[in-house]
Amino acid sequence: MNQFQYVRPTKQQAAIEAVAKDATATFIAGGTNLVDLMKRGVMTPQKLVDINRLPLTRIDADPGKLRIGALALNSTVADDKQVRARQPLLALALNAGASAQLRNMATVGGNMLQRTRCSYFYDTTMPCNKREPGTGCGALEGINRMHAIFGFSDKCIAVHPSDMSVALVALDATVQVSGPKGNRSIPFAELHRLPGDMPQKDTTLEPGELITAVDVPDGPFTKHVHYQKVRERASYAFALLSVAAALDLDSNNIIKAARLAMGGVAHKPWRLTAAEQALVGKPATEETFRQAATVAMQGAKAFKHNAYKLQLGPNTIIQALKTAASAA
Amino acid sequence: MNEQPKPKKQIGAPMNRVDARQKVTGAATYSAEYQLPNMTYAVLVGSTVTKGRLTGIDTKAAERAPGVLAVITHLNAPKPPSPKPEGKDPSQPQTQGNPLQVFNDDKIRFNDQPIAVVVADSWERARYAAGLVQAQYAKEAHQTNLEANADKAFLPTAAKKNPKHPMNDYQRGQVDAYKTGAVKLESEYVIPTEVHHPMELQAITAHWEAPDRLTLYDKTQGTLATRRDFAKQWNLPEENVKVIATYVGGAFGNALHSWPHESAAILAAKVVNRPVKLMLTREQMFTMVGYRPYTWQKLGMSATPDGKITGITHESIGQTSTYEEFTEATLAQTRMMYQSPNVTTRYRLAALDIGSPIWMRGPGEATGAFALESAMDEMAYLLNLDPLEFRLRNYTDEDPEKNKPWSTKFLKECYKLGADRIGWSKRQLKPGSLRDGDWLIGYGMGVGTFGAHRGAATVGAQLLPNGTVLLQCATTDIGPGTGTAMTQIAADTLGISPDKIKFELGNSSFPKAVTQGGSSTVNSVGPATQEACLALKDKLRTLAGAAFSTAKAEDITFEGGQTVMRNDANGKLPLQIGLRNNPSVKVSYSDILRQNGQQNVSATVEAKPGGEGQKYSMYSFSVHFAEVRVHQLTGEVRVSKLVSCADAGTIVNEKTAGNQMKGGAVGGIGMALMEHARIDDRFGRYVTKDFADYHVPVHADSPAVEVAFVNQPDPHVNALGTKGIGEIAIIGVAPAIANAVFNATGKRIRELPITPDKLI
Repeated sequence: MNQFQYVRPTKQQAAIEAVAKDATATFIAGGTNLVDLMKRGVMTPQKLVDINRLPLTRIDADPGKLRIGALALNSTVADDKQVRARQPLLALALNAGASAQLRNMATVGGNMLQRTRCSYFYDTTMPCNKREPGTGCGALEGINRMHAIFGFSDKCIAVHPSDMSVALVALDATVQVSGPKGNRSIPFAELHRLPGDMPQKDTTLEPGELITAVDVPDGPFTKHVHYQKVRERASYAFALLSVAAALDLDSNNIIKAARLAMGGVAHKPWRLTAAEQALVGKPATEETFRQAATVAMQGAKAFKHNAYKLQLGPNTIIQALKTAASAA
Repeated sequence: MNEQPKPKKQIGAPMNRVDARQKVTGAATYSAEYQLPNMTYAVLVGSTVTKGRLTGIDTKAAERAPGVLAVITHLNAPKPPSPKPEGKDPSQPQTQGNPLQVFNDDKIRFNDQPIAVVVADSWERARYAAGLVQAQYAKEAHQTNLEANADKAFLPTAAKKNPKHPMNDYQRGQVDAYKTGAVKLESEYVIPTEVHHPMELQAITAHWEAPDRLTLYDKTQGTLATRRDFAKQWNLPEENVKVIATYVGGAFGNALHSWPHESAAILAAKVVNRPVKLMLTREQMFTMVGYRPYTWQKLGMSATPDGKITGITHESIGQTSTYEEFTEATLAQTRMMYQSPNVTTRYRLAALDIGSPIWMRGPGEATGAFALESAMDEMAYLLNLDPLEFRLRNYTDEDPEKNKPWSTKFLKECYKLGADRIGWSKRQLKPGSLRDGDWLIGYGMGVGTFGAHRGAATVGAQLLPNGTVLLQCATTDIGPGTGTAMTQIAADTLGISPDKIKFELGNSSFPKAVTQGGSSTVNSVGPATQEACLALKDKLRTLAGAAFSTAKAEDITFEGGQTVMRNDANGKLPLQIGLRNNPSVKVSYSDILRQNGQQNVSATVEAKPGGEGQKYSMYSFSVHFAEVRVHQLTGEVRVSKLVSCADAGTIVNEKTAGNQMKGGAVGGIGMALMEHARIDDRFGRYVTKDFADYHVPVHADSPAVEVAFVNQPDPHVNALGTKGIGEIAIIGVAPAIANAVFNATGKRIRELPITPDKLI
């Protein structure tokens, strides 16, 4: 681990300035990912700006939306009555992530900014364009069973590991950001980016920009929701692939509205809007789900070790939709 | 007559662990927790290439870093007088070759091989400085893939040199007879590299108390093996080296060998002339303290249409390093478990540029059982027979390999116990017959066996003036509850309450014993404990004088600071001492000791096996029954029920023995469903470096494991009747699960682990 400075401002503006004016500085909240990365030398910030003293932990149940503070703990959000009643999909996704101990440390803002778990990114002796641009992608010809099937580039095939983000992208959340140039809102789908030629950049945040909250608009998805996470053990593992599904059904079991997103398949949480459209107006049957799954997988491409995702993807979509539709 | 109740029998009772309180309160001291004056801390620097030579190593920045006391590399390391420690375990075949000697030359033999050790006044400073060491290498092409090197596989050197060595090809009847059988199968199976990963990281504190006196607080399964290795390395008399391993936080085999980090800590302590503490990181636990070797197997089997096996050929290629030949008994179960007039086994090794493997729980037998027990299931399907019935039709009433009677074998009883408890009658022969919604349900079984090994062991027993008994033995307790079992054996032998007994272990200064490995501890140390206690009683009887002269040792107990000869139901006390109406004769310890001018009474006894191994084949047996649920869309497997039944002879402690069985079963779930250490062969480096990538079962992966013991004593292994549990707890679990997955899905997975990608 490198040596670093540590500051703990109590004012948001001070925190933002501390990071904005120092390219080697970074925010730290729960630290559940950053500290690991620092121990391994993957990230070597010269200054840590601890934001845990900032007043960003509230969950506000506003009319029409929930505003969840960036420092609200994953476990707090998952257990919050308003969240469970108004956005049960978000609670399901949060509880599918990590372990109870980690959810008690990890924050909402940190969760969305966690870095890929690609083994090549984590090992400083291996090539990785995300960690060290220009060194190549170790996973491209390597052991890539956890890797992307959508939206990758020849520079990077890593996937975003967050479960919570898959639910948030499905729910049309908006990220509230404060930075040196003021405040702005980012639609959740635009927070994370595809690797392209700059895989070192995970998000569209500008230097010094701090996530302050995430807004989740109310919708009809309070009952028929499911987060299906497929992993190699029953708990405490990153997804091989996951699906967030939300349905709004009429009394005849016809789908009035649908939301669908996948995790573990791309450099960002992967919203499946075409598949959503394929669901709307159709009966909530396995056949409908199968057709939507086929639409969802269009354009998917596998590597040597992750071809199973081409089958696991549609299967998991069907399973998630079946479970969502039958949720009572 | 006024009878006193007999003391409660302790052997077999589910007694709580004698060290439970220390362990759960943190009072137990593990090897990284000793605090010595002037302590220093060491961190290893590993090679980032897999094969080649070090052409330069720049340690200047590390040396200048705050708190650094020494940076040791091959350029400045003192050379121990004998650079070749031996890693051996008395209960297992030996590892041949030369364990890696650190900082001895510029040669790189595997990735993350230690190339330097940094010693500083704090662990954090040592770690920081270790990151500043820069190395240059001349890389050479490396080989880390077994299948790509299968054509270079070879018969182990030990077998080449000695035609009677067990690793030689084995032949009974006709060679490869299965090829001409009526019903036949030929399947290939792969077990990937698995890593022990006990909760406690490997750690050592090395302290040169004088230039020729070394004390090691070390994580080891054998205090004497470790002492012997490092005494030899430093050319010291063994009594000058003391190894302390009072508590070991799990090991599963990876502390059966002397490893590079131990040598490095000892060297570093020599250089800085202060105690050095060195603890590996979880990442380093993958690379330099052994693993279950990647093993390819091929199994051919033939049978008559009515289910009699006519031939088995079992071949394997296991991975070893370039500097040691690690062998294990992968093919042993195939030679003795089932009747077959014709059996061929061929064991080969492939040497790869990876650190040496070491026995991992169940060791080779667990690897081999995956192939054999999967093939048994496959053959049962070919024959359209219940796999349990197929096994019964090929049951052996004597050892077909050695042509000797079994000392005891209650495997049929285990089958019955297990089949009843899992509900085997619910099982349908046709795969995919049972389901619960999208979950397919299947049942499978797997059988395990392991030699009832026993070695020589010595226990010292002392009766102290306060009426307590102190027992000492150099054996270790890596988790099974050795001290607890020995306390129970001593309690019954002495006739006193367990809380009056203290069993001390994990110290090379104590009387000699076997390394804890190969399920041999209770078999070996148990009889020594028993005999030491009997000898102690005998001594007391003699010392107590005339009043006890006619008593037998078994009639004597200790109560309330007194030696008591019971005058129980039979009223056999001699008339001449006039005690017809007294319940017993009592003499206080202090009186006995005073009369004899002694501070305490002690007896040290060695117990060792006799000729029983010549007359009998001695094995423990187990059978595991699994019920699994496989999701038909996502391919996830959940073990919903697991029943493990064992014929392990006398069960000394129902609770700790059950605990071992459950731990083995959970290990088997890991083996079957998730454990897989993967190397990127381009780099020769593991891509699974931590518990995020290398999965072991979490609680949610493990059902409540049901355990049943036949609990019949084996009269031949030792007087206690024990046979050993640790290994059979895991041997056969993985194939039980794989067979259940087939029963659920019709998919035969022959390469572990059974991850969702293989089932969709």
